[in-house]
Amino acid sequence: MKGIIGKKIGMTSFFNEAGKNISCTVVEAEPNVITQIKTEDTDGYYALQLGYGSAKEKNTSKQLLGHFAKTKSAPKRKLVEFRDMEMEKKEGDTITIEDVFAEGDAVHAIGSSKGKGFQGVVKRHGFRGVGDATHGQHNRLRAPGSIGAASYPAKVMKGMRMGGRTGGNRIKIKNLEVVKILSDKNLLLIKGAIPGHKGALVIIERAKS
Amino acid sequence: MDLIKYVHEQVTPAKNLPEFRPGDNITVSYKIVEGAKERIQTFRGDVIQINGSGSTKTFTVRKMSSGVGVERIFPYNTPNLVEVEVLKRGKVRRAKLFYLRGLKGKKAKIKEKTRR
Repeated sequence: MKGIIGKKIGMTSFFNEAGKNISCTVVEAEPNVITQIKTEDTDGYYALQLGYGSAKEKNTSKQLLGHFAKTKSAPKRKLVEFRDMEMEKKEGDTITIEDVFAEGDAVHAIGSSKGKGFQGVVKRHGFRGVGDATHGQHNRLRAPGSIGAASYPAKVMKGMRMGGRTGGNRIKIKNLEVVKILSDKNLLLIKGAIPGHKGALVIIERAKS
Repeated sequence: MDLIKYVHEQVTPAKNLPEFRPGDNITVSYKIVEGAKERIQTFRGDVIQINGSGSTKTFTVRKMSSGVGVERIFPYNTPNLVEVEVLKRGKVRRAKLFYLRGLKGKKAKIKEKTRR
């Protein structure tokens, strides 16, 4: 799957030629560096390893520094492998947005969703809370209700949906459209919303074509 | 935010509307598409706010229509916005004139700015 690593900048909207207001997410993807090419012979599968962003040398482990030294690239913030991403490039070359995408392409966006902290069942699982606010109810608007029966089975079933940590998961949004590519500033405009906060790292990959 | 601003500059062609501010009395002509037919409608009233900037800028126009207050929000950059004509320049001391919603008759009138 061909793809690129980028950073979510934020959302905006604009009117297209047809007069429709298109809301889109702006993703910045500085040219990614090929840090390793995995081949059938050496690794058993073919993949490109891309690096994005920059990390401080003192915060990078010796092992990784050695890995980056092989391609003579500076330490990178994030490394991602893209399987079967066939490109006529060598290790150490860079990949820009235009190498991978064109306007109108369908793409998938992968990122970590925003962390919401400890949330109740209404937000976390879409429960509807208990009954009414009136008719004798008290303090139970967003309660989960019953979580099981009594002396049999005498326990709460495993996997019972309850409150807890919400968000911060890896989420993939499929089949979004590339609305525009602004190659001067390495920007990619994707129709719709993608996971994560502003400044979050996102992986944009081509939908199966 | 600078990159968002840059995107706005790239995707939105410059609009040739006359300059207007909150308090001004304007006539907005906008296209209405009904199936295959197109016609132009006008809306005359006072600008009570200008919201946002860049591609997502909008303005709100308020008028009294047979005793009922009517407000319409127009996106500044929509291609359906044909023309804006400034009829009067108002003299106001705020950027958002929401206080007009609670006023009626003569009190809801905006003083006209006298040219210097």
